Amino acid sequence: MNPQSKIKVQDLGLAFGSHEVLRHISFEVFPHEIFGIIGPAQSGKTSLLRCLNRTIDFSSDARQTGTIAIDGQDIRKVEDLYELRRKIGMVAPLPVGLPMSIYENVAYAPRCSGISRKADLDDRVERCLRQAALWDEVKDRLHSLGTRLSGGQQQRLTIARALSHEPEVLCLDEFSIAIDPVTTMRIEEVLQELRAQITIILVTNLVQQARRLADRTAFLLNGELVELNRTEVIFSDHPASRKTYEYVHGLFG
Amino acid sequence: MKPAIQSANDPVSAAASRFSATPFVRRKLRFESIARWLFFLMAAAMIVPLLWLLGHLVMGAAPSLSLNFLLDPPIKGMKEGGIWPALVGTIYLVVMALALSAPVGVLAAVYLNEYARDNWFHRAINMAVINLAGVPSIVHALFGLGAFVYAAQFGYSILSAALTLAIMTMPVVITSTREALAAVPRSFREACWNVGATRWQTIKAVVLPNSISGILTGIILEVSRTAGETAPIMFTGAVFFKAVERGDLFPYQLTDQCMALSLHLFALSTQVPGVSESTQYATAVVLLGVVLLMNATSIVLRIFLRSRMKW
Repeated sequence: MNPQSKIKVQDLGLAFGSHEVLRHISFEVFPHEIFGIIGPAQSGKTSLLRCLNRTIDFSSDARQTGTIAIDGQDIRKVEDLYELRRKIGMVAPLPVGLPMSIYENVAYAPRCSGISRKADLDDRVERCLRQAALWDEVKDRLHSLGTRLSGGQQQRLTIARALSHEPEVLCLDEFSIAIDPVTTMRIEEVLQELRAQITIILVTNLVQQARRLADRTAFLLNGELVELNRTEVIFSDHPASRKTYEYVHGLFG
Repeated sequence: MKPAIQSANDPVSAAASRFSATPFVRRKLRFESIARWLFFLMAAAMIVPLLWLLGHLVMGAAPSLSLNFLLDPPIKGMKEGGIWPALVGTIYLVVMALALSAPVGVLAAVYLNEYARDNWFHRAINMAVINLAGVPSIVHALFGLGAFVYAAQFGYSILSAALTLAIMTMPVVITSTREALAAVPRSFREACWNVGATRWQTIKAVVLPNSISGILTGIILEVSRTAGETAPIMFTGAVFFKAVERGDLFPYQLTDQCMALSLHLFALSTQVPGVSESTQYATAVVLLGVVLLMNATSIVLRIFLRSRMKW
């Protein structure tokens, strides 16, 4: 595995007002791996992702400590915040089709970054929809509304949109909670194909999903990183922490 | 419910009693029908005074209503003739007040809703907006008199009156615009931010297109309320009488005083003796017509924009 880390989080802490959601989180994500993050609800998984692309800035009462570096650069010190966000593709738990056409949903991010030539946009839209395994279903109705798609299709549209700004890291936040198992499997296949090109952070509350996909898995509990290890170890009978064992075997959570 | 569960051991009586009403269920159903009829009556009660009012006014006004009544200036000490100067004056005032308050109000609302963080300064602005929206119009009138007529030395003029109306409507425009903006789901905004859109790119692409119908509806409703205001313009720029040619579309300068329908109606019914009743009714009908026309516009606009809304 490449020792040069893609993302390096050091002693990350986060609090909303007086409510601490993350404490002393440190980990590294390596290029082209699928990095799983598991943990029960309220363990701080989503907040962690929001720190990565600095959308946490939109919560005015959030206080963050520690550093996050992407490719060695501290994200607190980037000049173009929007370029940072484009480096990271983010897929939310519930599919969000923006109220515009399927085409515009995917072309929106490139447009925001200044790409305006129709041919470039067409290429980008087709490539992203293919990558998200949605192209064949929507190629004849690219200009109908994105919000009219089914839930599973909208989630793939969301993934296509997250890929449309050519991110180097793709973060998926419990992407499968609102979609059917068949679509989930299709997206999991998509992720396996994408790993050749980008780094993937997979937050999930389905521990088996992390087991299927992740190279390494981190277990987050109450805002603390309990354990981080190769996925086989986490899911073995002897992870380092008793809590990890109990969680992945469904004894609590 | 309880008896049904207790008799569940006996299949026949369980099947028979499963859907039979217990006293609790009967009470619930009775309440349900009472509530439904009560709500229906209240909704229906809305329509009665409206129809009564309209019918009464139109019947009373019928002898006077004509195209000439609209286009003629009042003559013979306002006892005869039409209401053209007042109609034009009201349109002047409303359009100018709208032109001043709508852009400022909408932009302020966008700032407060989309950009402002939760801090003491923005909370203070919010408090100011809410309190301003509740200030009685007579107080706005006195403020306009002091601020625009005297301090800014615009004199008693259309300008002063329109500014006063604009100040009065602005907080309501801000409030209604904010409500329309807040109705756009936050998840849309987050989706845009996540792909690297700036705030403005987000506002332009998803927030405004999906709230514009609500914003416009709010503005137009506020405008139609403005058309009926009397106190603020009486103190700042509206007069009982101003000589204007029949059908003249541009009779007033910014610095002129003007007539207005609301004040004209007040004058006809309380200040001028010997005005025929039908003239008073007709003036009221015209004022009501202007307001209803604007409301109708807002409804048409809303239907049109709704049809283009995408979720």
